[in-house]
Amino acid sequence: MDELFDQFDIWSAFGQTIYLAFFSALGALILGTVLAVMRVGPVGIFNRAGAAYVNLVRNTPLTLIVTFCLLALHYQLKINLAPATSSTSIVDNGVRWAIVGLIVYHAAFVCEALRSGINTVPPGQAEAARSIGLGFGQSLRYVVLPQAFRGAIAPLASVLIALIKNTTVAYAIGVAETAAFMRDALEFRPDLSLMIFLLVAGFFVLLTMPLGILLTNLSQRMAVKR
Amino acid sequence: MKTRRIGALIGATTLALALGACGSSDDGTASGGSSGSAADGDSIKIGIKFDQPGLGLFDAGKYSGFDVDVANYVAKELGKTNVTFIQSPSKQREDLIATGQVDLIFATYSITDERKQKVSFAGPYFVAGQDLLVATDSDITGPEGLDGKKLCSVTSSTSAQKVKDSYPGVQLQNFDTYSKCLDLVVNGQLDALTTDNTILAGYAAQPAYKGKLKVVGKTFSEERYGVGLKKGDVALCEKVNTALKKMVDSGEWQKAVDANFGPAGFKVDTATNPPKTDACS
Repeated sequence: MDELFDQFDIWSAFGQTIYLAFFSALGALILGTVLAVMRVGPVGIFNRAGAAYVNLVRNTPLTLIVTFCLLALHYQLKINLAPATSSTSIVDNGVRWAIVGLIVYHAAFVCEALRSGINTVPPGQAEAARSIGLGFGQSLRYVVLPQAFRGAIAPLASVLIALIKNTTVAYAIGVAETAAFMRDALEFRPDLSLMIFLLVAGFFVLLTMPLGILLTNLSQRMAVKR
Repeated sequence: MKTRRIGALIGATTLALALGACGSSDDGTASGGSSGSAADGDSIKIGIKFDQPGLGLFDAGKYSGFDVDVANYVAKELGKTNVTFIQSPSKQREDLIATGQVDLIFATYSITDERKQKVSFAGPYFVAGQDLLVATDSDITGPEGLDGKKLCSVTSSTSAQKVKDSYPGVQLQNFDTYSKCLDLVVNGQLDALTTDNTILAGYAAQPAYKGKLKVVGKTFSEERYGVGLKKGDVALCEKVNTALKKMVDSGEWQKAVDANFGPAGFKVDTATNPPKTDACS
């Protein structure tokens, strides 16, 4: 075990995974919420645009999205997310484009989870909000969305857990996260393969299991009792 | 009407999937067999790369490359007439040998001490070295001129590790396959692709990149390609070594080198090639 920690920078690989997961989750939550509002809103064109986005992205492999981000957007269209002249531009661009790819992909799932949450809110709630004079934005903000989020915690938790594990796809564009460490270690230390598997599996279980238990618990406590 | 159309769609999808399954089982048949080890019968299972032009390539139903030629020669010398090739991606090589799914591995398999803990090696049958593949008009002449350049390689390859350790001023873009690097180097978005010169030569000789890429020709490491076999099988190792020696002495080795690396204009380093085989253990 110590040999592995001496030979490979395992902590920075684990750290990179957490960094990817944190910022992707944050971004996906924001973009997903916007999409969900678009899909339930009264404007037809937004409905269709939101539905088209979800159906397109949800049915595209994540590896493809992430690779497309770096190869097409960064290298072909020369969109830089880090200064091109900096001495770490490749690493920074890789990490940031990976986060973009993860956000784009998981926003579709966040949107659908939220929409299922919105469906738990009885239509009477929205009608009541309208009847006391709240506009669409106000009734969404003060009446529907707070209840929708509380109802959507469990499906959002599933999306978050999937997202954490999906960060491993970033190795395809060379981000030095946990999956890259695993490949490195398996390549150079095949004699320790079992240890490597256990270590990586343990890390992910440690990350996702408490989160899953916590959020399931939270979803039960926060659920709107009707 | 609508149900019939849906039915037709499902039928078409099933058919497509079934056909797809047929296609993939062509190269999958190899792993299905459970014939004996290398020691008996006249059949042998040999692990090679399927995706490495010039070394081990499975394309349009045919196997080609230097590894394949050496493997065929050794198999013939061992008295095996029925050779089955099995795809051996880098990560799976140790396990394929340990579980007996292959008898020998000829797959750009560098001899290292870590690997020797799980498998035994015959050979080496070739000494390659890490080199650079650059665009034809590039001014890079060797590893010294790399400071501040952008290099491409594959995650967890020995070459990527080596660059990271020896040339800290270099920026490294890693991908999961070499093919993603090629276009970026051709179009100048990255400065060079680095890995074993044998692999680079194979890419430089591909029709799509002919005249656009060149191998720099200054190696800065030594990769000794060995034949992987079951750990501790000294008898088999010695037989393979004898066959390799005979291949070199008879001139067949040189023929295989010329046939596979010649078209790329790749000069084999004659100071280290053909290599002397190690003692078996």
